[in-house]
Amino acid sequence: MIQINNLHKSYKIGSNSLHVLKGIDLKIDEGELVAIMGSSGSGKSTLLNILGMLDIADDGKYLLDNVLIQDLTETTAANYRNRFLGFVFQSFNLINYKNALENVALPLYYQGLGRKIRQQKALEYLEKVGLKDWATHLPSELSGGQKQRVAIARAMASQPKVLLADEPTGALDSNTSNEVMGLIQKINEEGKTILVVTHEIEIAHMCKRIVTLKDGVIVEDKKTNQTLIDTNV
Amino acid sequence: MNSLKTIFDYDTWQEIFGSVAKNKTRTVITVIGVLWGIFIYITLSGSAKGLDNGFDREFEDMAMNSMFVWPQSTSIPHAGFKIGRSPRLTVQNVETLKQQVPEIQYIAPRNARGVRSGPPASVVYRDILRTYNIYGDYPEYSSISTKKIYKGGRFINNADIKNKRKVCVIGERTQKELFEEDESPIGKFIRIDNVYFQVIGVHKFNPGGGFETDGDIFIPFETFRNLYNTGDKVNWFVIAAYEDADVIAVEKKVKEVLKRIHKVSPDDERAFGSFNLGEVFNRITGFADGMTFLSLVVGLATIIAGVIGIGNILLISVKERTKELGVRRALGATPGEVRVQIVLESVFLTLISGIMGIVLGAFVLAIINFFTQDLSDFPYTNPTVPIPLVIGALIIMTVLGTLIGLIPAQRAVSIKPIDALREE
Ligand SMILES: Nc1ncnc2c1ncn2[C@@H]1O[C@H](COP(=O)(O)OP(=O)(O)OP(=O)(O)O)[C@@H](O)[C@H]1O
Ligand SMILES: [Mg+2]
Repeated sequence: MIQINNLHKSYKIGSNSLHVLKGIDLKIDEGELVAIMGSSGSGKSTLLNILGMLDIADDGKYLLDNVLIQDLTETTAANYRNRFLGFVFQSFNLINYKNALENVALPLYYQGLGRKIRQQKALEYLEKVGLKDWATHLPSELSGGQKQRVAIARAMASQPKVLLADEPTGALDSNTSNEVMGLIQKINEEGKTILVVTHEIEIAHMCKRIVTLKDGVIVEDKKTNQTLIDTNV
Repeated sequence: MNSLKTIFDYDTWQEIFGSVAKNKTRTVITVIGVLWGIFIYITLSGSAKGLDNGFDREFEDMAMNSMFVWPQSTSIPHAGFKIGRSPRLTVQNVETLKQQVPEIQYIAPRNARGVRSGPPASVVYRDILRTYNIYGDYPEYSSISTKKIYKGGRFINNADIKNKRKVCVIGERTQKELFEEDESPIGKFIRIDNVYFQVIGVHKFNPGGGFETDGDIFIPFETFRNLYNTGDKVNWFVIAAYEDADVIAVEKKVKEVLKRIHKVSPDDERAFGSFNLGEVFNRITGFADGMTFLSLVVGLATIIAGVIGIGNILLISVKERTKELGVRRALGATPGEVRVQIVLESVFLTLISGIMGIVLGAFVLAIINFFTQDLSDFPYTNPTVPIPLVIGALIIMTVLGTLIGLIPAQRAVSIKPIDALREE
């Protein structure tokens, strides 16, 4: 599903250049649930952003579902993001003046779907994350866990090939973290490819595979004995 | 083009409306600026139009290039005469003036009682006695100052003059005061200063007219002459120049001729008085035009200021919404879609406030109209803003709104989505 070879990325800070990713090779198959670990500043988010086409690598090859991603204009990147990728952020990033349903429906709007279909699909995904009854609530009326579940529903609604989550549980307590991870596992069970950036080893072990970054390179890549969360949401 | 499609998309507007409705404070602040501008523009230009209409009404009955000339008293000794002599205008002057001032189209000598000299006439019908101002007129007078005569009646004609007929045209008020409501005055005889006159018409009073009243009685000049024994004396002349003539020059010429005939020093400015309607009218139209122009400039400037205000606030709001726009782009909004959204928000805000300003302005004009409706002595009628100006204002606002919206729109997409998302 995802294949990257020799990926490089550096940031310019003034006249200096900070080499963050120093040749990453990674292959992720369809249906995998991968945790990306590493200390702060090791380049996890940078990698995820490049995979998410929010940022561009300086060098290297990136294949998404056998499509070579290169020479992206902002517009094609937007279209790829819209069709192939779903994002879940640490800080949820819901639009505060839109209710849960409208938030979930937003990527569908940019897909050009009609209103009825959008509403119907959005409701369907809200139901999937157990928040159907909260459809008309604004983000400010939801708990952190609920917000993240809405964000997951939003990421899933456009039926992406890959779900990218950057510390999805970073702002949540351990109970709600488990809840959210349970949901991610459930989605993964349905066959979705998912990447989760995390600091916490417990969270990483809820994934099927752990990739560890250090100083811009992959230092470890191993399968886990996945801890399954008993979902009763 | 993709962005063109988005403009006419119901959902685009849904998005815009959502964003506008949810950011209430921002919306209200932006709206006020443009609303104020267009409001000023509408009220000012509407008022200017009202003033313009008012002046038009004030003078609608009078030929625009007409003037009055009357004798006063000399202030310079000349040809053996001392000062303080009042030249005596006569009917014979009419022919001389016509000959020597070819620009004159109509000239009507007038005599009156109750206005410039003598007491008003006492008029009796049945057992009612009233006094009214009375004028001796030639038919020409109605060519200069249009007299609207009620149905069934007429103004004085040449035959009346020739036969020195004892006929009269009375005013609306005169009719009301002397006759029963359902009684037609036409053909009836009234007694004017002890002489019986047959009523031939009732003239409609124009409240803006200013010079005459609704009770005036007009009789043939020659009859007046006999009745009051005025000989060939004329109180004043009413003169209308041809349309293309320069009224001020004509006025000067007329006075020169009169000075010569009446042996008045050519330098004597006080011997004859005159009132030049054309000149006054020109000045007034100039004033009204100036008002319209001023309101256009002021209105336009305020609108521009308001739209720039919208641009400013959108710029701030785009900065505030950096994160939101980053999220939208992560979810698949293309730069084009983001740009169109911001520009349309700008246009939408501009137009909404513009329309509110127009409605408010129209409302205020309606109120002004309501209160000035019955003021016959204040030249202000039907203050309206011509539709083309309103449409023009709307177009200007749309264009300005688009142009100004481009700045925050460009700014919104100039930042990379990843940086936008990182923003706190
Ligand atoms: N836009 C940027 N400009 C300059 N330097 C950047 C930029 N983004 C990230 N960096 C730097 O690149 C390095 C890697 O950042 P990145 O966000 O990928 O780390 P991370 O592994 O996600 O860390 P954390 O666990 O704290 O989120 C850091 O040293 C960071 O300071
Ligand atoms: Mg990070």
